[in-house]
Amino acid sequence: MNGKKEKLVIIGNGMAGISTVEQILKLTTRFDITVFGTEPYPNYNRIMLSYVLEGSKTLDDIVLNDLHWYQDYGITLHTGTTVTRIDSDTHEVVTEDGTRFPYDKIIIATGSNSFILPVPGHDKEGVVGFRDIADCNVMLEAAKQYKRAAVIGGGLLGLEAAKGLVQLGMEVTVVHLMQDLMERQLDPQASAMLKAELERQGIRFKMGAQTSELLGGERVEGIRFADDTVLNVDFVVMAVGIKPNTAVARESGMEVNRGIVVDDYMQTSLENVYSVGECTEHRGVCYGLVAPLFEQGMILAKHICGVETAPYEGSVVSTKLKISGVDVFSTGEFIDSPEHTVISHKDDWKRTYKKILLRDNKMVGAVLFGDITDSAELQKLIKQQTEMTEELYGSLMGTGCGGHKKTTSVETMPEDEIVCGCNGVTKGTIVDVITNQGLTTVDEIKACTGATRSCGGCKPVVEQILQYVLGDSFSSGAKQGICGCTSMGRDEIVAEIREKGLQTTKEVMNVLGWSQPEGCSKCRPAINYYLGMIAPDTHEDEKESRFVNERMNANIQKDGTYTVVPRMYGGVTTPADLKRIADVSVKYDVKAVKVTGGQRLDLIGVKKEDLTKVWAELDMPSGYAYAKSLRTVKTCVGSQFCRFGTQDSMAMGARIERKFERLDLPAKFKYAVNGCPRNCAEACTKDIGIVGNDGGWEIFIGGNGGIKARLADSLCKVKTDEELIELCGAIMQYYRETGNYLERTSEWVERMGLEHIRSVVVDNLEERKALMQRIEFALEHVEEPWQKAIRNEEGQSKMFHGIEVSARP
Amino acid sequence: MTTKQSGTYFPAGVVEEFLPRIGRVVEIKDQQLAVFRASDGTIFAADNHNPHPKGGPLAEGIVSGHYLYDPLYDWKIDLTTGLVQAPDNGQVQMYPVKVENGQVWIEI
Repeated sequence: MNGKKEKLVIIGNGMAGISTVEQILKLTTRFDITVFGTEPYPNYNRIMLSYVLEGSKTLDDIVLNDLHWYQDYGITLHTGTTVTRIDSDTHEVVTEDGTRFPYDKIIIATGSNSFILPVPGHDKEGVVGFRDIADCNVMLEAAKQYKRAAVIGGGLLGLEAAKGLVQLGMEVTVVHLMQDLMERQLDPQASAMLKAELERQGIRFKMGAQTSELLGGERVEGIRFADDTVLNVDFVVMAVGIKPNTAVARESGMEVNRGIVVDDYMQTSLENVYSVGECTEHRGVCYGLVAPLFEQGMILAKHICGVETAPYEGSVVSTKLKISGVDVFSTGEFIDSPEHTVISHKDDWKRTYKKILLRDNKMVGAVLFGDITDSAELQKLIKQQTEMTEELYGSLMGTGCGGHKKTTSVETMPEDEIVCGCNGVTKGTIVDVITNQGLTTVDEIKACTGATRSCGGCKPVVEQILQYVLGDSFSSGAKQGICGCTSMGRDEIVAEIREKGLQTTKEVMNVLGWSQPEGCSKCRPAINYYLGMIAPDTHEDEKESRFVNERMNANIQKDGTYTVVPRMYGGVTTPADLKRIADVSVKYDVKAVKVTGGQRLDLIGVKKEDLTKVWAELDMPSGYAYAKSLRTVKTCVGSQFCRFGTQDSMAMGARIERKFERLDLPAKFKYAVNGCPRNCAEACTKDIGIVGNDGGWEIFIGGNGGIKARLADSLCKVKTDEELIELCGAIMQYYRETGNYLERTSEWVERMGLEHIRSVVVDNLEERKALMQRIEFALEHVEEPWQKAIRNEEGQSKMFHGIEVSARP
Repeated sequence: MTTKQSGTYFPAGVVEEFLPRIGRVVEIKDQQLAVFRASDGTIFAADNHNPHPKGGPLAEGIVSGHYLYDPLYDWKIDLTTGLVQAPDNGQVQMYPVKVENGQVWIEI
């Protein structure tokens, strides 16, 4: 098909356009694809902007297809380029600078814009919508400079924006025209519960308020309402709705109502021009949610590729609020009217609410508040307009004598139904990877298809599909356990170990019902760690449950040789030690000697059977370069030699390293100690970073320079060396006790919250002392592993030496 | 690849020379084998060559029941057949093992 490919142009680089492209790529290679996007970014997940604002995700995290993806598929991407018009006479699209590109087919996927209330003052500085990364950035910036914000609009987007701004430290008032929040998705009951919960989280509300004017000079200073009251603010987010972006369609003379009018195959009034997503109007409806765009995209992809497909007949939409700690869900019809039969249950103590609406005994809508575990199930039942039965009622409303097995309707779900609305993954795709690629857990399916990757709301359905396809061979691995062998989470397991006094990994797995009796490479090392953390004095370390590097006390290389790294406390060595390292390296013919990123020496390429001899001849402690433990304390020259140094960083680094070495931790752990705020030892990328100043030390935690870079947060300042050591010990022990195995402090700090950690280890002196006592106790039981291996001759030969069998049988 | 080949049994030491669930390399006729003693006492002998395209050893993996998690790439390998478990695939050459009076014999 050289040079004969059809030219397909996508106008709009958002979720709708690109998901359609993804579907098309699965079906054919006959198109030469060009994408135009106004924003300067690759395709990203717009529905996760709330998380970016809230701070739980970064912009990078929400990119769906990076630039490599476009390259890999030979797609030409023009970012920062707006298409203004389609010239159907010449079969060209025209961009804002007048450039023309030829097309055979076009998909318009320009999405929608924020609707800005046309009140006086709406164009003042400090007034934004909430639609894209640019808006998000403006909000993040504003939060740094200003204190008081208003969000106009108490719908989904407005509430998410408000929560984000509160999280950023602003005082936020949500201004809403109606008396009920999210009145287009919730009934008054759920709405009231939602408002109460959000007030608890610090959001203020002004209900029934009609904005008449935005006050101020260049920049907004307040809002005047119809009743003449005024709210003083310095920042306003408009989240009153969206408006389909139909500019290009209008310019091109296409039929446009509210949105670009399309038929059941997404065909517009212009030949060879299609439209998908929020910019379209189908059977009189413009959708403002994500699920319909995938459904539309899939039908359009098939249609455009000449594959037979059922027509698009509209979507049943459901809503989920993406605010942590507030679970709200609604789907289908949710306001009761006389023709509905209403099943509802409200629990003011548990703060939960569940309502299901029936029409002619068929399920047509539902609202959930507080507990939304049934959301996926309900969404499906309502989509299929399932008839209510005794059994269903029992399983949904939890009454009757129990023991009802949840009915699985995934069996009847059509193959092309979208299970994961965020990433547009169908049931068919999921079934396919289970049957053809042998996947057996939700995590594997997530890695392979992207389902559950974003909001996670579809996880129950993915689990049900897994269960349905695998039948008896399904193990509970699909649930959120620490690995595929158990459905139990980390905290549950640790609690059970403490409570039942479990001693070995084998006991844990037997007692807690592991599906694979001896566990796997994920859980065995984790359980071994938890056991040792809980009982440092009695736990017998299980070599066979350690990853090879920790078992051999050296780092394995891909050729089966090992790297040996001796300790160099604080990165300081002596000429005598250097000479010995050189002699041993020569004698054992190591392949390379390398200075590591942590100021030590790697002896690379030692044969397994030589390991113990190398250790014995080095006669130095192990540097633990392989361990989930304290690795290295990086230091600068400090006050001993540096003209700027105010603190003796080399001595403090060595002291810390000697104090805390060898102790098992959830993951590897690195320190840096600096003698002055010039920070030459780079404290900002270490688990604990210490910066000396004139009167003491400042402690930073949670930095990481590795796979996911993160700058450390300032935890506190201390005056004395003793306080510094005590805080370091308390932080490490708290991390030991609460960290998930393999969780770096960068993730731990984000999960636990800096404030919380500060309240435990800094503010609470008693707790700090107790933590310090527990770490001292654990430190009493550590042992130098190289010396230990050298002493244990029998074990040494079994562990480190092979067996040579004579050639004669 | 299967284990079906009639060769000769070589004595590879006594059972106690193999720590439970910790592999050990045995060299027979220039052939490197990774020998594992499962917790139920069963002994397995595999070619000590990782089926992953990047290669490497197997002997240092984590043993769980009759499965091995390889030490470099964490592939799960069935020690009874040598088959790599999904989602990865491949196969390791396994060798027949018999134990008589505490003596381990491997057939090459």
